[in-house]
Parts: sequence; C-alpha cells; structure tokens
Amino acid sequence: MKKTKQLFAGLILMAFGLGTAQADYTLNLMKGVTKVSNDLYDLHMLILWICVFIGIGVFGTMFYSIYHHRKSKGHKAEQFHENTTVEIIWTIIPTLILIGMAIPATKAMMELDDVQDSEMSIKVTGHQWKWEYEYLDNGIHFFSSLDEASNKVRQVGSGLDPRSVPNYLLNVDKPLVIPTKKKIRFVFTAKDVIHSWWVPDLGWKKDTIPGFINESWTSVDEPGTYRGQCTELCGKDHGFMPIVVIAMNEPEYNVWVEQQKAAVIAEAGSANKQWSNEELIAKGKAVYETSCASCHMPDGAGLPGTFPALKASPVVTGDINAQVKLVLNGKGMMPAFEKMLSAVDLAAVITYTRNGLGNSVGDSIQPSAIQALQSATPGAGKNE
Amino acid sequence: MSAVVAEHDDHHDHHDHGPAKGLLRWVITTNHKDIGTLYLVFALAMFFVGGAMAMVIRAELFEPGMQFVNPQFFNSMTTMHALVMVFGAVMPAFVGLANWMIPMMIGAPDMALPRMNNMSFWLLVAGVLLLASTLFMEGGAPAGGWTLYPPLILQTGKALPFAVFAVHLLGISSIMGAINIVATIFNMRAPGMTLMKMPMFVWTWLITGFLLISIMPVFAGSVTMLLTDKFFHTSFFDAAGGGDPVLYQHIFWFFGHPEVYVMILPTFGVASTIIPVFARKPLFGYSSMVYATASIAFLSFIVWAHHMFTVGMPIAGELYFMYATMLIAIPTGVKVFNWTATMWKGSMTFETPMLFSIAFVVLFTMGGFTGLMMSVAPVDFQYHDTYFIVAHFHYTLVPASVFILMAAGYFWLPKWTGHMYDEKIGKLHFWLSVISVNVLFFPQHFLGLAGMPRRIPDYAVQFADWNMISSIGGFIFGASQLLFLYIVIKTIKGGTGEKVTDEVWEEASKHSLEWTLPSPPPYHSFTTPPTVIPTEHI
Repeated sequence: MKKTKQLFAGLILMAFGLGTAQADYTLNLMKGVTKVSNDLYDLHMLILWICVFIGIGVFGTMFYSIYHHRKSKGHKAEQFHENTTVEIIWTIIPTLILIGMAIPATKAMMELDDVQDSEMSIKVTGHQWKWEYEYLDNGIHFFSSLDEASNKVRQVGSGLDPRSVPNYLLNVDKPLVIPTKKKIRFVFTAKDVIHSWWVPDLGWKKDTIPGFINESWTSVDEPGTYRGQCTELCGKDHGFMPIVVIAMNEPEYNVWVEQQKAAVIAEAGSANKQWSNEELIAKGKAVYETSCASCHMPDGAGLPGTFPALKASPVVTGDINAQVKLVLNGKGMMPAFEKMLSAVDLAAVITYTRNGLGNSVGDSIQPSAIQALQSATPGAGKNE
Repeated sequence: MSAVVAEHDDHHDHHDHGPAKGLLRWVITTNHKDIGTLYLVFALAMFFVGGAMAMVIRAELFEPGMQFVNPQFFNSMTTMHALVMVFGAVMPAFVGLANWMIPMMIGAPDMALPRMNNMSFWLLVAGVLLLASTLFMEGGAPAGGWTLYPPLILQTGKALPFAVFAVHLLGISSIMGAINIVATIFNMRAPGMTLMKMPMFVWTWLITGFLLISIMPVFAGSVTMLLTDKFFHTSFFDAAGGGDPVLYQHIFWFFGHPEVYVMILPTFGVASTIIPVFARKPLFGYSSMVYATASIAFLSFIVWAHHMFTVGMPIAGELYFMYATMLIAIPTGVKVFNWTATMWKGSMTFETPMLFSIAFVVLFTMGGFTGLMMSVAPVDFQYHDTYFIVAHFHYTLVPASVFILMAAGYFWLPKWTGHMYDEKIGKLHFWLSVISVNVLFFPQHFLGLAGMPRRIPDYAVQFADWNMISSIGGFIFGASQLLFLYIVIKTIKGGTGEKVTDEVWEEASKHSLEWTLPSPPPYHSFTTPPTVIPTEHI
C-alpha cells in the first residue's frame, strides 16, 4: 500500500519534471513511537477511510448523474423534488456513523488526558525563540535553540543551500534527553507569547501560555531522535525554534544526567577565572550570533521601529553597569537574560557589543562580576 | 418663471428615474444595483490585492531557504492576506450579490434602507484602506495572524491601533449591511412571497444577516480589549494582571466560527440557485435545505473552541466541543445529498456557472471531510496548526466560496449587463482554475500530515517537493484569475454581441423573479410588485 502510494506520488512529481522526486517525503500522518501516537494514527486512518467511502458514494452518484442525465444525451428532466423519507434516512445514517467515530475518539481523549502516575516531570517554557527545559526531579536546566548551521543558512539571501545542512531547521544546539519506557509528565508555560510544543512522533502538541500551566505526558518505547517544531505563531522567528527529543535507554540516560551535573560545576569554575578582553570578545561574538542577532541583526543595526540598533546605541556605549542591568533584567520585548545565559556568556557578549559591531568603548566586564549579581537576590539590579 | 419650473421638473424626473451623471453617481448613489456593483468591483480589486500577497507567500515557500522577504514581512503577508481576503474580498462580494439580487428576487424596487446602504459601502472602503495603510507604518503591518492573538499582537509596532480601528469600521459596515438585508427581506417582499417561497439565496442571506449582527460586536469588543490592554493598562489578556490570553481566543472564536459560516452560507444559497436551473429540475428538498442552513447557523455558535483543542481545556470541554462539532456534519451532509439529488435524473447542461457549481459541491465536500477529521479532538492534537488545516480551510474558501462567486458572476452578468459572456473563455477559466486550485491545495494535506507547521517562512528540506508543486499551482491559479477580469470587462463592454433574452437561461424565470425583468433590468427593479411568484425552486 505504502509502496503504491509512493510510486503514485513519484509519478506525479516526475510529471512536474522535478529532479528531486526521490527526496524523503511522506504523504500520511506518521505513526509515531508511543502507544498514544499509534492509537491516534489508527483513529486517523479509520476516519479517513470513512470519508473515502462516503466520498466514493456521493461523488460516484453525482458523476453517474452528470454522465447519464445530461441534456445532450436527450435525458428528460424528471420533476420530483421532495421526499421526507429520504431526508430522514440521510440524516439518521450520518448520525450513526458519527456515534461510531465518537466512541473511539472519546477513549483516545481520556487516554491523552491522564497524566497520573508519571515517573518524572519536565517543565517546558517557550521563549521568543527558543525552548527552556527544566528537569523538575534532578534540577537539570538548559535552553535549546536552533543549531548554528541551520541558523547561518536561513538568513535572508544567505545563498547557502539548505540541503547541505543535515536536518535543516529541525536541529538544535542542546536536545531534550528523556529515558525510554518511563511515563514522563510535561508541564508547559511560556515567558512572552504563546508557543506550542509539537513532536509529531509523540502524537500531540500543547500550547505554552504565559502565566498558565498546561500538562501532557508521553512514554517512548524505542530509543531514537525525534524532531518537531513550534506550531503557534510566535513572532518573526516562529519557524526557527525546533524541538529535538532524544530518547535513551535508562543506563545511557543516567550517564547523560551525570555529565550534565558535571558540566554545571565546570561552568561555575570557568566563571571564576580572569578572562582577557580578546577571549571575551571572541566568545561574545559566538553568543551574539545565537542569542542576540535574530532581533538586533548580525551587524547590530536592529530593525527600525521594532528592535533598537546596538551600533552607536547610547545604552551600549554608555555606562557598562546600566547595560548589564538591562541585559540581566530585560525591558519590554527584550527578555531577561539573567537565567538564559551563563555568567561567562553574559560577560562575553556584553564585552563584545561594546567592542564589536562598530562600537569601541574599550572596557569589559568579568564573568565573576556577573556571577556576583546573579547570586544576589533576583531582580537586585532593577531600577525601581 | 416657467423655465425655472420646467428645470425643476427635469431634475425631479432625473432623481426618480435614472442615475446621477458623471463619477459623482458612484459616490452619492443609493441605488441597490449601483451599490451592488461598487461592492463587487471593490471585492474583485481586493481579491487581486489579497492574491498578490498570497503570491508573495508562495514565492517565498517555493524553495527551502529565505530568498525574497524577511520573516517579519512574511508574517505580515499571511496576516494581511487573510484579513484582506475575508473582510475585503469574500464578504463584500456576497454583500454585493445581496444588494443586486435580493430586491430583484423578492420583487422589490430597492433595498429597505438605501442611504445606510451607501454609507456601509464607503465605510468598508475606509476600513480596508486604513488596514492597508498599516503596511507602510513603522514596525510593519500586523504580523500576528488574522486571529490577532495576544500577547503576540501587542508586539505590533505603530500599526496596532490603526488595525483595531479598521476592524471597527469593517464591523460597523458589515452590521449596517446585514441590518439592511434583514430589513429588506422582512419588509419588501412582493405579495404572495411567503418566507417559505423565498429563493434559497434570500434565505441563506437572511440567516447570514442574523449571524453578522450577532458576531461583529463581539469581534469589535475583543479588539477593543486589545487596544485597552496595550494603551490603557488593562489586563484582560495578561496573566500578570489577573487576565488570561486564552480568554481572547474564546471571545475571538465566538465571533470567528460563525464568521466562517458568514462566508459559506450565501455560497450554499447561490449553489442552490444555480444547480436547479441547469439541471432543469426543482431544488430537491427546499424545506430541508432551509432547516439545514438554520441548523448550521445555530451550531456555529456552540462549537467555537474546536479552534482551541490544544490550549489546555479541561477534558469535559474538549469532549463537548468535539461532539458539537461533529454534529455540523449532519446538516452539511443533508445539503450535499440534496444537491446531488437535484442533479439526479435532471436534464443537465454544463455552462460555466454550472461547472463552477459542480466543482464547488465536490471540492467543498472534500473540505468538509477534512473538517470532520479535525473535529476529532485527540487526532486534532496532530493536525492542529499544520498545513493540514491550511488545506482544509482553503478548500472550503477557494474552490467553495470563491468558485461560487465566479459562478454567480457568470450566471448573473448577462442579466446585469444585457450582454453574454464568452462561453469558450469562461470554460477555459474554469478548467484552469479547477485543476490549478487542486495542484495548489491538495499537496498541503500531505505537508501537514508529514509535520509542516503553518505560518512558517522556511521549512525542512523533506517538505520541499510538495511546496514547490503547491507554489506552481498557486502561480497558475493566480494568473488564471486574470482571465476572469478580462471576461468581466469584455462582457460589460458588449460581450459576444449576442443579445440575451430576459430569461438568459432556459426556463430560468420559472425559478426566480429576476429573470422576469428585462436584461439589463430597469434602474428601480420592481416599481410595481409582480403578481406571479415563481415556485419551481420549492
């Protein structure tokens, strides 16, 4: 069946003379890798076939009539125009079909809704335009944004070939890692606007809404990498905040958890060392490209009317402490980066903006100074 | 002295029997045909404006990678394309048809409230121009989708208040148009034209009128709350102030779902008018068609949250909205079965209006099938906000509403102008449109199922082939519509030169009153009420 469909689709593609007809495309909903996603696939196929059969019946009748009951064939019009029995029949039969559909649909809905007895919880927060993951059981916490290779290619007029990037627009810098065969509860919220978290292989999507918490759950049987995207329009880079979930067997997952914990300690260590200006600027350039350039633009020119320019900006060329406060706490559409970036990244990117992008203030800030501010009471730097 | 009196008489005659001279005629007119023409011309112009925006979208999506526009402008395009098509093209086109046809179909001289009629048209123009002006403002046109969801829409630059006021103007215009239509239908029917003898088009517009009067204030309210949230420190939709962003979605879709029926019910009405004429048979099940339309309109008010299955409603809410939505399939099915039964054992001919109407029945039904699939809440967790829904609503809007508007154009242009359109080019227009519209939208089902979200300016490479095919379909469809423009202009200027009869179509006068008037009809349709009411459609 699948072969036939692909052959058919291939023929259509070839009819259009497309050289890429052999690309990896699909026509139907994916079955996914959870019990729920498989149930939903079956439900989808059931309703699809019901529609196909009704379609064949109705369109078949119509085209029979169009072919045979035409004036050019000399068919004389009959004048019947009302029949209550027929009307009742074609009201009752669809009603019965709908009841037949509603029963499995209700069951699937109940199954999806049941987040009880979960073995671990992950909090997902949507940001413009990245995802934040927080493992509520062991404290692992990180941000996940579009990978660098895709990000370079997707710039307007980059001239680079998307086909040269593996998993173009479906790859991230830090994927979400989950253990297999465990019931995982997700809680969803958002920082700025509404986003929606969708991995087709898991079988559902859920909106992340600022100020509110949504829940859902999954349990993946097979280890593997599963990709998805944000599905609620969330601003200009809505198309560029993918999701990657890696399901690992329990032992490997545990190794990963330990690595994450070790990395946090190492990170704290590097914040304590004294960094040179060159080191900070070099690192800051990379941070700028992944965390700042999408709004303030790669050359720091901003978007007039929406995002301010950094080049010759009074904030960036003014008092460094005021700039640090603004970056840590955010302002208007500018998110608070205090928790999004490490002390090293923050110090580096602030130093870079003051000494790159056409600015040359000449000063710098050390990661340790940022860390001191971060560990102080939250919001301590706010001007209130 | 006598000269002055004579001049006065002249002027008086003028006022009663013909249009004002010159361009001012179109500004000050209170005549239902003139205003109908204004609406239709404006709608056609906006159809091309909205279409041009769609071409920008399809050009950017032709290949993976960002080639032409930046993502912010892309989002403005998807937003403005929808707003212009819904409020500038499809709705005004049906109001235009209502203005032209309802007085002629019910045996009236004009609409009940002619001055308000003029005002509602010019407010529409003002509203659409205000909306279009946001394209040139600092920060760009609204880019949060036509649904204007907060908090995202509150990030709009200078354009937000202009867009909100534009919506207010469009809303006032629609409400006035709807009141006028309802008042006309209730008060201006010829003696003997009982409600259950009215043509289906009149019935569907009566019901649509009530829908519009009920929902447009709700939309105006929701966008006003956006305005106060942005500028007056209220927190209707801001959790930090005790509000809820999802509240907006409930209010919006309480408007938005009936709104999509505002675009489809008159479509049903035109299809029910055209099919019997070319099948040479009465409409099958007239009264059940009326009841089905009323049921669909009622159901449209109680299913709104099926647009929001993934916002995290309690399960009771999910199940209720799923069941209620599934119910819509029943009256909609009845309509499709009735159209099929109308064709059955008829004596069909296939002039352009009939071709478009048959394509409407088939392709609208396909849109109905995908609608049924999405009504199933758990599976909608997969379909929601993907290209599957984009395919679904375009099937119910383009080869449905837009095709029926084309059908209506071909069907009534000879009556309006007294000239016949060129049947050969009409058929060419039909075949180009019906093939390209499927090349355009059918692959979008595959894209959605395969996992492509809607409203994205760039996509993963596995979606490349179908996007390219869809874009090719889009370009052909867009170009084909220029043929329609050509045909309309040519028909107004004299068409094929063949003089059309009053009936235009064989025995059409048995179906509806407009075919008993001359072609073109007199400036004031029925100055004396007709005595014979056609009943062939019942």
